[in-house]
Amino acid sequence: MHHIHPHPYDVIVVGAGHAGCEAAHAAARMGCRTLLLTIDLDKIAHMSCNPSIGGPAKGHLVREIDALGGLMARVTDRTFIQIRLLNESKGPAVQAPRAQADKRLYARIMKETLETIPGLDLRQAMIERIVPPVAVLHASNRAHGSARMADPLPDTRLYSVITHTGRVYQSKVLVLTTGTFLRGRAITGDAVWGAGRAGEAPAIALSHDLAALGFPLVRLKTGTPPRIDARTIDFTRVQVQQGSSVPLYFGHYDDPAGSNDRTCVAENPSFAIWQSPAFSGPPSSAYPAPFLDGWRPQLPCYLVHTTPAFHDIVRHNLDRAPLFSGVIEGVGPRYCPSIEDKIIRFADKERHGMFLEPEGWSTTEVYVQGCNTSLPEDVQWAMLRSIPALQHVELMRAGYAIEYDAVATGEIAADLSARRAPGLYFAGQINGTTGYEEAAAQGLMAGINAARAVQGRSPIILRRDEAYIGVLIDDLVTKEIREPYRMFTSRAEHRLLLRADNADLRLTPLAGELGMVEPARVEAVERKRAEASALLATLRNQRVFPSAATNARLMAAGIAPLNGEATAEELLRRPDVRFEQIQQALDLPPGAGSVIEQIEIEAKYGGYLLKQQREVERLRRMETRRIPSDLDLSGVRGLRSEARQVLLRFRPATIGQAARLAGINPADIAVLIVALERRSGQVIGTEQSVSSA
Amino acid sequence: MLYDDTIAAIATPPGEGGIGIVRISGRDALRILERVFLPVRAGAWRPYRMRYGRVVDHAGVTVDEALAVFMRRPHSFTAEDAAEISVHGGPLVLERVLQLVLAAGARAANPGEFTMRAFLNGRIDLAQAEATLDIITARTTAALALAEAQLGGWLSGELRRVREQLLGLLAYCTALVDFPEDEVEPQDVVSPLAAALHALDALVATAQQGIIYRQGARATLVGRPNAGKSSLLNALLRVDRAIVTPIPGTTRDTLEETANLGGVPVVLTDTAGIVETDDPVERIGVTRSRQALSAADLVLMVVDASCAPTVADREIAALTEGKRVILVLNKVDLLDTSGSVSIVVRLQEYGQIRNNPFDATVAVSALSGQGLATLGAAVAQQLLGTVPQPDGRMVTSARHRDALARAADHVRDALSGYGHGVTPDLLAVDLTAALSAIGEVTGESVGDDLLHAIFSRFCIGK
Repeated sequence: MHHIHPHPYDVIVVGAGHAGCEAAHAAARMGCRTLLLTIDLDKIAHMSCNPSIGGPAKGHLVREIDALGGLMARVTDRTFIQIRLLNESKGPAVQAPRAQADKRLYARIMKETLETIPGLDLRQAMIERIVPPVAVLHASNRAHGSARMADPLPDTRLYSVITHTGRVYQSKVLVLTTGTFLRGRAITGDAVWGAGRAGEAPAIALSHDLAALGFPLVRLKTGTPPRIDARTIDFTRVQVQQGSSVPLYFGHYDDPAGSNDRTCVAENPSFAIWQSPAFSGPPSSAYPAPFLDGWRPQLPCYLVHTTPAFHDIVRHNLDRAPLFSGVIEGVGPRYCPSIEDKIIRFADKERHGMFLEPEGWSTTEVYVQGCNTSLPEDVQWAMLRSIPALQHVELMRAGYAIEYDAVATGEIAADLSARRAPGLYFAGQINGTTGYEEAAAQGLMAGINAARAVQGRSPIILRRDEAYIGVLIDDLVTKEIREPYRMFTSRAEHRLLLRADNADLRLTPLAGELGMVEPARVEAVERKRAEASALLATLRNQRVFPSAATNARLMAAGIAPLNGEATAEELLRRPDVRFEQIQQALDLPPGAGSVIEQIEIEAKYGGYLLKQQREVERLRRMETRRIPSDLDLSGVRGLRSEARQVLLRFRPATIGQAARLAGINPADIAVLIVALERRSGQVIGTEQSVSSA
Repeated sequence: MLYDDTIAAIATPPGEGGIGIVRISGRDALRILERVFLPVRAGAWRPYRMRYGRVVDHAGVTVDEALAVFMRRPHSFTAEDAAEISVHGGPLVLERVLQLVLAAGARAANPGEFTMRAFLNGRIDLAQAEATLDIITARTTAALALAEAQLGGWLSGELRRVREQLLGLLAYCTALVDFPEDEVEPQDVVSPLAAALHALDALVATAQQGIIYRQGARATLVGRPNAGKSSLLNALLRVDRAIVTPIPGTTRDTLEETANLGGVPVVLTDTAGIVETDDPVERIGVTRSRQALSAADLVLMVVDASCAPTVADREIAALTEGKRVILVLNKVDLLDTSGSVSIVVRLQEYGQIRNNPFDATVAVSALSGQGLATLGAAVAQQLLGTVPQPDGRMVTSARHRDALARAADHVRDALSGYGHGVTPDLLAVDLTAALSAIGEVTGESVGDDLLHAIFSRFCIGK
């Protein structure tokens, strides 16, 4: 018996993982009546893998999510037990923070945050069925849905979601963020069980519903390592890895001075979550002192290495490894190999490092990073105990591999909507990605675009030269996904422009227009931009002459003396010179930390930045040239049939996207452009004769 | 296509022809024209007004006399800002002018790209465009087949090695930045960069030869009347009338004035028949000789071994300054019979008629055929610069050379950057640019190859 929820929603989000939380928050924030459905309200934004957020490319995504008004950065900042800046010496573009979150606290703070958002309802329910609007059903031409419904749905123009208890929720648009729940199957050794996450039931019917609508599904695989008990680790035999000794956050915050300076947040009184009970006492007594306790209490992580005995145990038990015995069908990611995979493929490597990461401030459960495995549990015990520091270790949870369904490539458009079903959006692992950050980024954009659709507005599609989020989604709509997709800095061809330090400059103005952030945040960003540009102009105009007095001042500030006249900017261009030194030597006005960061990068890497900027401009025209979705590809003269098939499958929205598809060559693009012009039937001299000025 | 950059190409068919045109189109056309072309009369450019002047290289040295015209958008063949430089047209000179234009900021145009731009800018209609499109597609296919034939062999082998080296380094840089917590073994950066640079430079260096083999060169015979220019010309043409070059597909029809000298198709121009008057200047045909000389990649200065140098010889020699010149001591058969003066003495005498020494000297007899093979080899050597590559291992396309030269420049940047201690993410910028330039020749993009290179080389991942 069905019972209909009385009020239809604008947006329903199914799944409250990292994608679902951002999607629901964004949609509600933009004024939509929004419902977030989850299988377990205590596991909102659950981290089923690492208790870790950020790192290269992923950290960039988190900064961008924050710049766009999303939640992940702020919840992480309130709940991390350690943070570090990675790649500090490897260049400005790839520096990124990485944090260890308190896993349970993260889920709790995310839930409490969502509970404060007006217009957003949270419900716990298992979803049995989804029924699309009649128009979508007709288009999909399948015998499905309402035809088999016992009770008529109140409004067949809406999406309907039916829970296991028979309640029916309806909405104008539907966002699916199902993670690994679609026909999920967990594997440890010869033990195989249906599971969405460890210990939770999978969604079988939903998977069938998607297949019935005509969505081709693919099978992907990912894995987790065992969790061990800190009380059984010999901490005298590990390498200690401390967190950052200086303040560091993911979020962009307005400090009291109004300079939007990350490093000042520690003093911001509104930002004292770590003084809450969760962090007020000492951490679990299982962890040995010393703890870093300067600007914020932090727990270290610990490094151990595999041993020859470890490798022997793995090799002797390969016949019991589901990865090699054929039990696992899904395709696993190359960059997240299981420990058995690493030992086989890199046989000459004598040892592999593994990080022991506490899962929280007060729990003794520790995540063994680098030890993904689906070997039988007894093998997991034996191999870990071959490591000196883990001689007496006790496993709290065994590692497992998990297989799940994802929607095949070519099904979603760049706004994350399903091409097959208008009003339906996908975000996160269902699109073939892996990682909390990748999921959250998509969730944010799916939520924004779901709201835009409800409001009858055009979708927001970030370009590849604008954001890692743009690169991520563009890859999802133009690339064949054969393994779970993870973000890397190397996927961003314009990465020097997409830095963690300028995410706010790139994206916050847009977030302001969308209503995702308060006007004050946009103003702070514009202030930062103006201050940086003014300070850079000051440096450019400041001429410095090699007089004895000047050189003496320069040397006093630790700057090598001048041989000839130079500008202050040219001084700053020297690799070893920092702004503070120039400021001291030349009596320049001080600047906020985030402003100085911008001008130092601008001065030191200007040549490289310019190279990338030129490349972006070179490609801009292809990126902005749209291909109408109703273009009849079969009528395009001269198009190779292979090219036609690729274009039909991916349906690129722009010439730029088309050019990036595998199997499309420059001649195909030329053919396509001519077809577009033939179709529009107009002379386009005006567009092309853009002034070079 | 659809790029905002400025493109350039040689617009006249390869081979002979008195005038060659380098065509430039795009927003920087005027700026590039001003960089490479110095008009005789100073002043601002007025569109559609042909100007006379000189093409100069970056050091200000004259490459050739030329005519140039600038066309303001939308009134040009592409409806973009455009320019044309007309030179007398030896393929080498023309190539040199194109190289200067590319060095000044233009990109070598793809097949049909001028027409495509013309169409996109509404300059030509759809029927014309589609006709062109068929040609583009056909040309692309043909070019692809040609490229594949070439790439199937040595060039793809060479580039594969270079690409592997650069990709390996890029994988290393990327592994460092994308997997900061994994153990990535330190790797030698300088040797693979230096090896790649060496290979790319060597390939670019073969292009001069390759393009000469494919397109041929122009040589002009100068000399006072009766020095035996015409008979030498005829003798050289008789040497081998079937023109076969080491590059497949470039066998040419035998043309009256094209000779195969040392494997190089050489268009020979004779300044014989120049009017002879009493006026000493007119007599040696200064004006016409100068014209013929200006178009020449190589000059053969023909002198009469049977008599001592004259004033006219010296005046003509003076006209050849700045050119590559072979002194051809003709009629040595007469010396042998009279026996009064030896070849050595004549060579010394004639060797001094020019301020700068001749680039080579050959004694021949057009009548007996003596020394002609040596002359052919000397011509080839002067044109090709070095010993010819065995097996035709040369880059023969200007577009390929442009791409490979850019790749070499990016590798040079990477090397110097590494020397200055730039960080791996910046090094990766130059490596990526180099790989993408190589990709313009091989058709391979970097993309997923890079991830594959990383995961197969480094054991990484959590």
